[in-house]
Amino acid sequence: MNNSEVINLQQIIKTYDMGGAEEVHALRGVSIQIRKNEYVAIMGPSGSGKSTLMNIIGCLDTPTSGLYEFNSVNVSEMNDNQLAKVRNKEIGFVFQTFNLLARSDALHNVELPLIYGGVTSADRKRRAREALEHVGLGDRIHHKPNELSGGQRQRVAIARALVNQPSILLADEPTGNLDSKTGDEIMQLFEELHRQGNTIILVTHEEYIAEHAHRIVRIRDGMIESDQTINKRTPALADQGR
Amino acid sequence: MNQSFETLVYEIRESLGMALAALRTNKLRSILTLLGIAVGVFSIIAVMTAMGVLVSSIESGLSQLGVNTFQVQRRPIFHSNDPRERAKIRKRKFIKYEQGLRVKENATQAKAVGLESWQFGRIVVTPFGNKTNPNVSLAGEDIEGFTTNNWAIGDGRLFTSEELSAAKSVAIVGMGVVEKIFPKMDPINQTVRIDGEEYQVIGVIERKGGMLGGNFDNFVAIPLTTYFEVYGKDRDVHIMVQSTDRETYDDCIEQVRGILRTARHVAPGDEDDFYIFSNDSLIERFNEVTYYVRLGILLVSAIALLAAGVGIMNIMLVSVTERTREIGIRKAIGARKTNILTQFILEAIVLSEFGGMIGILLGVIAGNLAAVFLEIPPVIPFDWAAIGFFICSIIGIAFGVYPAWKASNLDPIESLRYE
Ligand SMILES: Nc1ncnc2c1ncn2[C@@H]1O[C@H](COP(=O)(O)OP(=O)(O)OP(=O)(O)O)[C@@H](O)[C@H]1O
Ligand SMILES: [Mg+2]
Repeated sequence: MNNSEVINLQQIIKTYDMGGAEEVHALRGVSIQIRKNEYVAIMGPSGSGKSTLMNIIGCLDTPTSGLYEFNSVNVSEMNDNQLAKVRNKEIGFVFQTFNLLARSDALHNVELPLIYGGVTSADRKRRAREALEHVGLGDRIHHKPNELSGGQRQRVAIARALVNQPSILLADEPTGNLDSKTGDEIMQLFEELHRQGNTIILVTHEEYIAEHAHRIVRIRDGMIESDQTINKRTPALADQGR
Repeated sequence: MNQSFETLVYEIRESLGMALAALRTNKLRSILTLLGIAVGVFSIIAVMTAMGVLVSSIESGLSQLGVNTFQVQRRPIFHSNDPRERAKIRKRKFIKYEQGLRVKENATQAKAVGLESWQFGRIVVTPFGNKTNPNVSLAGEDIEGFTTNNWAIGDGRLFTSEELSAAKSVAIVGMGVVEKIFPKMDPINQTVRIDGEEYQVIGVIERKGGMLGGNFDNFVAIPLTTYFEVYGKDRDVHIMVQSTDRETYDDCIEQVRGILRTARHVAPGDEDDFYIFSNDSLIERFNEVTYYVRLGILLVSAIALLAAGVGIMNIMLVSVTERTREIGIRKAIGARKTNILTQFILEAIVLSEFGGMIGILLGVIAGNLAAVFLEIPPVIPFDWAAIGFFICSIIGIAFGVYPAWKASNLDPIESLRYE
């Protein structure tokens, strides 16, 4: 199971019909496989289709055509409830704009996926608190988003993404709204999460951020331009090596 | 459905918070909508409370009859509007004194049987010239009639059975008469003159008050035998029967009905040629009379509630639009359609219930103004309050379902992009 494909995309096309003859080809046939415990950075110029791809991988959006298998299950054959369940249990999504519920405190925001997952109240509180401690926010659990710094907000969002122990963590420019120092802290957090065995796909503009990853996929005009694995020792190999 | 109970509990709590937040952010619109609901519920509750008060005023013994008592008379107490029915009733024979005696002898289920006959619009005069208006009622009564009429002797005494059988000229007067002709005087042992006959006052009947503005104190009672001597023996008699207790009440009515049918030679299968009324039948009749009032109020309420429902829908649609992004977030982290649907419907119900609560509160207060007016204990119509809440829930659901459905069908990615 360790090397099985979590994500398998074959010839994914996404076309936006703008009315009339005008069409936007956001993705023009993307094929990519991502295995468990990979750390993938997706790069490319603005408007190249990175977010579109991430939203499709995150089951938030549906491709116009192509095959998408998540853990070997064909996503296009899933109904609404099954999709909701995958989003809830299998995918943790971290957004550039955090997307926290403004009226709720950090703890409640992190609890939310557990609520929709049907976890009982006591269990929920404990797990949400643990997730917040994990991202270094144990002392901020009752702060509302507007009482937290940008970096702290993103940590809440990461805790929320991780609380259900998903198969994969998706992050679309998670440091885009942060200064470089805070961004670095977040990137260290991702690295640590990867070391702990999480599978991560991350979209970024910045080369130095992509360097944290072990595989860089470059996209241009809705197509994969290059897909290179950086010759780093994976944590698993590193463990074996010692 | 593997949506757990926990999730539902959460959704209820969440919806309460959301509803209150929506109320805060859309103050004026919310107030107008809640006002609509409040008015609709208010008018239902106010009228139903007032009705409850009136019914309980009938039940609480402000009516003419004592407890567990019913009365038999020739005519119904409320006139029928049907001319054929009226003609039929006019042709009915009087209930004779002898028939009353038959009931007295044979009604084994009865604790007391009172017989009486009435003259209306009399004038009562004192030797020194005080006189009443020509509106005093004169009752010929037997002794048990005081029990069945629920008349309590205040000053003085009741006439004895000797005085009754000897047809003595004694009178017991109601407080209405006392106040009119003996305002500063002890009425006991005074003489009064009615229709040229002189009576010695031996007792006063305690005040009974009046129901619906009526007056039950403006009368004089004399022995039934005396009454027959003055006004003739073939007078129409009322029979009042008190059963031994609540349980035997219905049996007692049936027994008396049987006795009277035999005494009056009513053929089997024919309808009674007399009318039995009890507090129950009074209430029933009261409900019939007020039917159209209630129907009208119900219609007004329905219109108000409908308008309010549209208002709720409006608020909810705005709320859905304002919270598009939030819905997107919730969906992105795994909320199903049903989660969103439930949340918004609950929110609509909470909103509606809020207005309903105000309406119920004001309605109960207004309805009980009738109770204050009639000086009887207030009524809290729990059944109608429950119905009010139920109606609000229905409105919340009916008008919340479309906005909630809209919210639940939002596309996750489009709602996340929504600014
Ligand atoms: N809802 C939409 N309707 C129409 N066109 C869209 C829509 N969403 C994206 N696009 C188009 O699809 C293309 C890819 O957009 P996408 O958001 O995936 O780019 P991106 O690589 O994430 O860019 P950035 O780095 O600026 O975030 C763009 O040309 C964009 O205009
Ligand atoms: Mg993007």
